Amino acid sequence: MLAFTIRRLSQSVIVLFVMSIIVFAGVFAIGNPVDILINPEADIAEQEATIARLGLDKPMWEQYTSFISNAVYGDLGNSFVHNVPAIEIIMSRLPATLELAFLAVGLAVLFGVPLGMIAGLKDDSFIGKTIMTGSILGFSLPTFWVGLIFIMIFSVTFGWLPASGRGETVDLFGVPVSFLTWDGLSHLFLPALNLALFKMSLVIRLARSGTKEVLLQDYVKFARAKGLTNTRIIGVHVLKNIMIPVITVLGLELGNVIAFAVVTETVFAWPGIGKLLIDSISHLDRPVVVAYLLLTVTMFIMINFIVDILYSILDPRVRLGGSN
Amino acid sequence: MTDVTTNVKAVTPLRRFISDFAEKKLAVGGLIVFVLLVLAAVLAPWITPQNPYDLTQIDFMDGRLAPGSTGSITYWLGTDDQGRDLLSGIFYGLRTSLAVGALSTVIALFIGGALGLIGAYFGGKVDTIIMRIADLQLSFPAILIALILVSALGQGVDKVIIALVAVQWAYYARTIRSTALVERRKEYIEAATCLAIDHKRIVFKHLMPNCTPPLIVVGTVQVAHAISLEATLSFLGIGVPITEPSLGLLIKNGFDYMLSGDYWVSFYPGLALLITIVSINLVGDQLRDVLNPRLQK
Amino acid sequence: MSQSQATLQVENLNTQFFTKAGVVNAVNDVSFTVKRGEVLGLVGESGSGKSVTGFSILGLVDQPGKVTGGKILFKGDDLTKYSEEQYRKIRGSRISMVFQDPMMTLNPVLRVDTQMVEAIRAHENISKKDALMRARDALGQVGIPSPDERLKSYPHQFSGGMRQRVAFAIALLNKPDLIIADEPTTALDVTIQAQILFETQKLCRETGTSLVWITHDLTVVAGLADNICVMYAGKVVESGKVDNVLDKPLHPYTEGLIGSVPSRNKRGSPLTQIPGMTPSLLNLPKGCAFRMRCPYAAPICETSPDITTCGDGRLVRCHRAEEVLNHD
Repeated sequence: MLAFTIRRLSQSVIVLFVMSIIVFAGVFAIGNPVDILINPEADIAEQEATIARLGLDKPMWEQYTSFISNAVYGDLGNSFVHNVPAIEIIMSRLPATLELAFLAVGLAVLFGVPLGMIAGLKDDSFIGKTIMTGSILGFSLPTFWVGLIFIMIFSVTFGWLPASGRGETVDLFGVPVSFLTWDGLSHLFLPALNLALFKMSLVIRLARSGTKEVLLQDYVKFARAKGLTNTRIIGVHVLKNIMIPVITVLGLELGNVIAFAVVTETVFAWPGIGKLLIDSISHLDRPVVVAYLLLTVTMFIMINFIVDILYSILDPRVRLGGSN
Repeated sequence: MTDVTTNVKAVTPLRRFISDFAEKKLAVGGLIVFVLLVLAAVLAPWITPQNPYDLTQIDFMDGRLAPGSTGSITYWLGTDDQGRDLLSGIFYGLRTSLAVGALSTVIALFIGGALGLIGAYFGGKVDTIIMRIADLQLSFPAILIALILVSALGQGVDKVIIALVAVQWAYYARTIRSTALVERRKEYIEAATCLAIDHKRIVFKHLMPNCTPPLIVVGTVQVAHAISLEATLSFLGIGVPITEPSLGLLIKNGFDYMLSGDYWVSFYPGLALLITIVSINLVGDQLRDVLNPRLQK
Repeated sequence: MSQSQATLQVENLNTQFFTKAGVVNAVNDVSFTVKRGEVLGLVGESGSGKSVTGFSILGLVDQPGKVTGGKILFKGDDLTKYSEEQYRKIRGSRISMVFQDPMMTLNPVLRVDTQMVEAIRAHENISKKDALMRARDALGQVGIPSPDERLKSYPHQFSGGMRQRVAFAIALLNKPDLIIADEPTTALDVTIQAQILFETQKLCRETGTSLVWITHDLTVVAGLADNICVMYAGKVVESGKVDNVLDKPLHPYTEGLIGSVPSRNKRGSPLTQIPGMTPSLLNLPKGCAFRMRCPYAAPICETSPDITTCGDGRLVRCHRAEEVLNHD
């Protein structure tokens, strides 16, 4: 067990290292930030001073080593554009993304589980087939396209919900959140739903196949033999059984949701880290791009690592016991 | 329900395939639509009313005209902010989208397929290394890989294709490997090995043709994914350059005007993208049912 | 107690499955009666329709199956005329059921107390606390030690035998008039089987609960039941008092079943076996369904035998019953 953990850990570190090189080398090659960041009217001395200040005059490998040694201490360089630490900018934007991601996962469960259960209960009916067609569409349509249609319908045509921004926020434990104000919530709903659709399709499929499987089990028949109402059987006996795989999979998918937030945040101008990334790429703000990518990759490696370890520890029966 | 077995007449595999495929009308419809889209893309320079990238044909005064308006020509789907005919723009955009999608899929299929075959055939360390990399990559979302590569490589059609290839190859490697592993244990391969036919011949003449059906299925679905991902990247402004706009970029260009009510600049390219993706998926679903009876419900 | 007030009276019950391959007559013209406090052993091989009979009584036949004919009189009321809600109300309260596999009958993600309390509260408007008390008493009744702690357990924390006791406790919760037990001891060790049989019998005697015990095991029936009903290919082939039937079987199938049970008295003598296999219900032979395997088969067996009374409440469905009786 320990050997396995150490092996996976060292593997994770290697992956992280390789990623950092790819990201850094690549971002170095995008373009010359000097052209953008320095006033073309400035004289040569002034330009060189700026270049030296940003460390852009040093050879690439030297930039990388100083970058990596700083990175170990959590210093990923200063943003060229905002001239504050890149990590600081990202951290200030992170709450918005997390809020969006969690609400999206919540919506995916809230809508996906009942829809999937209906599809599983009425497999061959019109409504069951409609739900499944919907979930196939949710899988195959690009997220940004759906977001666009949302804006067109709900913001432009009917004017029900705002199309961009975070709306009014209030501080919760010092972190600004939108979901506690009516205005913020109205801003949050469309992007969260947009981000949720893909996961919702996944949840619908899981819930449907889970429901179909559970319905065949003896304990459902026994529950009927006890004289329980259908509501109770479906709402408790079936639901509780299908929630285990749904929650497991969604936990795994949280990182995925954060990565996909890039698209939704751009469509709805949601000021999270995804939008920050796209803005930084277009402004050639190299440190922020690098910091974002490294942070996301690290987060992914961590999630994968934890999941791997958990799977090797928990055998299904223990896991069932742990679901108390 | 396909009645493969009830077909007593001696039919060629191809003919049987066609008749099986034709059983689902929706899939045939999808195929027809897809062929029309491909034709529109290929023939764009000859059939569009306007070459949207020839500045002499564009009148800036015709910017953002509503669908059906008449300027120098009739703009059935309206014009964009530059005064380009949207219908023509969509045909040209389709050209880029389909080309990028198809090209990246073919290259990824080739690379991934080759690696998967090599892994399955030789096994051992080679197999382990290839599959570990594939697994590792598949544990990251495609969009993140594409973002890393595009931000690393920069913009351009070639860069987008590289990113899409990098995102896709692992699927093919896995698909072909699992099929090839099953095939490899079958008798005809053993027979070929006993006859001392060399590796290359066994792999390409014997193993490969049997691994083709699942690859076709995965490949079809992946074309749709690739087109969708390219559109996403272009929409984010980190995909194809403005000089060769795809559907995604057209949508992005129109997006700013959507809030002011000029929906068509974004909407019609979006509709074209939707039709493309759905038609390919319809074809892909039916291909899966026909080519892989085991997956049938 | 008059005949019409028997706890359960099944009359000419038919249950059919409408499958793609054709209509299957899983239960075909089955009749039997269970009086108050009586135990009926419903015996047959797998596929003989005995379990479907049990589910039919409770209205729990799954699609594509359906009760298509006959009457199920429960204390005089015809259950086949019941609406789904009426049926639900008697399930688990007046008629309860215990299933074959104790590992599968309890929901793995719900605690035992939840599964017991809900069974009470589905039928009675009582507080959770009172329901919990009753659940605890029921667990004690079926011989589960320290019921207070066990209530808080999950099913996987019980052994198979304990789970089946829990299932019986659940069946007993609402003091039903009838329990249908579908091979409840088949999956258990012999010693545990004996305990459960003993306790069930005792409980039924004490409370006057009737019992339909579905099994393929004649020894269980011999020790437990008052009456026996032997089923073959969806039909009742013989029924009567258990001692009479086992002593002097009238149907060759019953005789075959008895012959295939190892017995102390015939140590060393070879067991007889019934040749051949249970026929597919989709493809039954013309006439008597058993004739292909029957040592007494005669040309007359190509016509379907009717059920006939043979005195002393015994019924048999065989042309050659007399030959069977005079055998040995």
